[in-house]
Amino acid sequence: MVNLKELAVREDSLCGGHRACTGCGAPIIVRQVLLASKDPVVITSATGCLEVVTTIFPYTAWKVPFLHNAFENSAATCSGIEAAYQSLKRQGKIKADHINFVAFGGDGGTYDIGFQSLSGAMERGHDMLYVCYNNEAYMNTGVQRSSATPMGAATTTAPPGKLRAGKTQFSKNLTEIMVAHGLPYIAQSAVGFWRDLTSKAEKAFNIRGPKFINALQPCQLGWGYDPALTPEMGRLAAETCIWPLYEVENGVYKLNYRPKEKKPVTEFFKPQSRFRHLLRPGNEAVVATIQKEVDRRWEALLKNCEEKIA
Amino acid sequence: MPTLAKTGNEAMAEAMRQINPDVVAAYPITPATEIVMIFSQFVADGLVDTEYVAVESEHSAMSACVGAAAAGCRVMTGTSSQGLQLMSEILPIASALRLPIVMCDVNRALSGPINIHCDHSDTMAVRDFGWLQIFSENAQEAYDNVLQMMRISENKEIQLPGMVTTDGFIISHCMERVETIDDAAAKQYVGAYQPLKSVLDLDNPITLGSLDLQDYYFEHKMPIVEAMQKAKNVILEVGRDFGQKFGREYGLVETYKLDDAEIAMVALGSTCGTARVIIDELRAQGVKVGLLKIRVFRPFPAEAIVAALKNVQAAAIMDRSDMYSDQGGQVFCEIRSALYDADKKPLLANYVYGLGGREICLEDIRRICADTQANAAAGKVKQLIQHYGVRE
Repeated sequence: MVNLKELAVREDSLCGGHRACTGCGAPIIVRQVLLASKDPVVITSATGCLEVVTTIFPYTAWKVPFLHNAFENSAATCSGIEAAYQSLKRQGKIKADHINFVAFGGDGGTYDIGFQSLSGAMERGHDMLYVCYNNEAYMNTGVQRSSATPMGAATTTAPPGKLRAGKTQFSKNLTEIMVAHGLPYIAQSAVGFWRDLTSKAEKAFNIRGPKFINALQPCQLGWGYDPALTPEMGRLAAETCIWPLYEVENGVYKLNYRPKEKKPVTEFFKPQSRFRHLLRPGNEAVVATIQKEVDRRWEALLKNCEEKIA
Repeated sequence: MPTLAKTGNEAMAEAMRQINPDVVAAYPITPATEIVMIFSQFVADGLVDTEYVAVESEHSAMSACVGAAAAGCRVMTGTSSQGLQLMSEILPIASALRLPIVMCDVNRALSGPINIHCDHSDTMAVRDFGWLQIFSENAQEAYDNVLQMMRISENKEIQLPGMVTTDGFIISHCMERVETIDDAAAKQYVGAYQPLKSVLDLDNPITLGSLDLQDYYFEHKMPIVEAMQKAKNVILEVGRDFGQKFGREYGLVETYKLDDAEIAMVALGSTCGTARVIIDELRAQGVKVGLLKIRVFRPFPAEAIVAALKNVQAAAIMDRSDMYSDQGGQVFCEIRSALYDADKKPLLANYVYGLGGREICLEDIRRICADTQANAAAGKVKQLIQHYGVRE
């Protein structure tokens, strides 16, 4: 378990001065994940907010080796670096005993365009950690829907209108798809739970092989909330059981956070403009459909975690 | 120097074994599959030190190659046609990051319609991505070119990725006599790789693949332009050195009976072999005909081509692909452009031929040479561009 005192004196791999928006959750995820590594790290990133805000030439916010290749290939690129390390190590051409290879991607670069690359790299079993900073839409290009976008959310390519109340599909459950890959470690975490995220990263770094963390990243621009509330948005997602915190280690599920009182989904919707239309009269049925699906997924998870279904 | 019977694919795989790259990432595709199959066996038998990444697509193959090369490794791959197209998003990233990845590329027609046989449409489609391109006439050249490409790409002044091509099935699957080099001599020839940068250099962390906007992007493209210019000399030096060491010298272009020729055929790849037979035949009949083989397509050896064709009256430019621009094939357009400022230049006619593996036979070459003779005699070109061998 990570200790705040110890983490406070560790050096950040990503320094300040980058150009992320006020209240952006992505650098929070990067720092909380990388602080957990006791070994050197080498980073890849998909094209997206993280790469854009941290690497505008001639500046870089990265104090550690960093490679950006393209949008859909963070995992494949990272797998190439890891293969290079394995080859050089076997030939006695590199000194480092162990390096943590970390691939970052947003939900666009992970759930959608980079899905095949991710699946392939995980199946091949590279010793790497893939972290999805999931802000539930294509935020870098101006808030377009992704397969991670929740039902009912307003995006610029699935806007609410006279005929529709935002996105008409549920989000893809990528974490469960990664569980189906049979990886040694899969976890779901969120901004707002630093100990949970950093502990999960630490656990992942102590396991050899492919690991996956899906971290919910509130985005003030795309979600439309007061930028001061970024951690609060992550907490509300967990308290409403919309985004449960759990991990699967060698096939064994563990729930990491169970709210004392499960809040209705509308509590998550209220502070966010992307859901504002759902709270207007006439959209009660959509809200009920979302609540039903959240309940169904939550109960299925409780069952997998062998928790009591209250 | 062991002389072996090898197909083009086997010859390329043999060169890869001798190069012993640190990483190979590849995905199978006809007719290049054998290259990676044979190489996988080398890996399985411990004959190489390579980490073989059996990726789930060519896109990931090139992506992993970029990752591994950015990590300071000597990296190779192999592909063809649709696979090359799937890689194509990443190809200019590899050259922009100055990663000397070497690819064995087997020329095959692009879909659609789907076809597995030879033409040059796949390789021509990626000609503008900052990759060196060398075409091979036969299995021997495929082997020699792969060894040389490693030296050219890794040259400190060049640092560009390169593809060595063979013609699908015609070279890739045809068994020929190939003189190979001893393992020790090949190893010495290729030399140890000294990467100029690595994301595994933990003491000197670098950021690669930065967002590069209006202020810098243009400046960061110029080194590729300059490296391509310098590559012409480097290719000549490497080809000369190869000749001194192993007896087979290579240039940017190759001429065959062209010195006193009045008419010429200009071609790439396996068609050159067919052309030589007809040139010999016509020479025996007293026709002054010669061949200009373009070995290197990127960088484009414009000066060498202008010099080689200066005394020719008429030339047939053979293109095994079309650009659908109504201006003929890629080779024709580039040669025509190269000749624009020349004081002495031949009449040119373009023959787009052999698409989707349509055979080009001795009789076809004979007829094209006869056309060219007629153009020379008439002092004008009867038909500027024709799609030769297509049924009405």
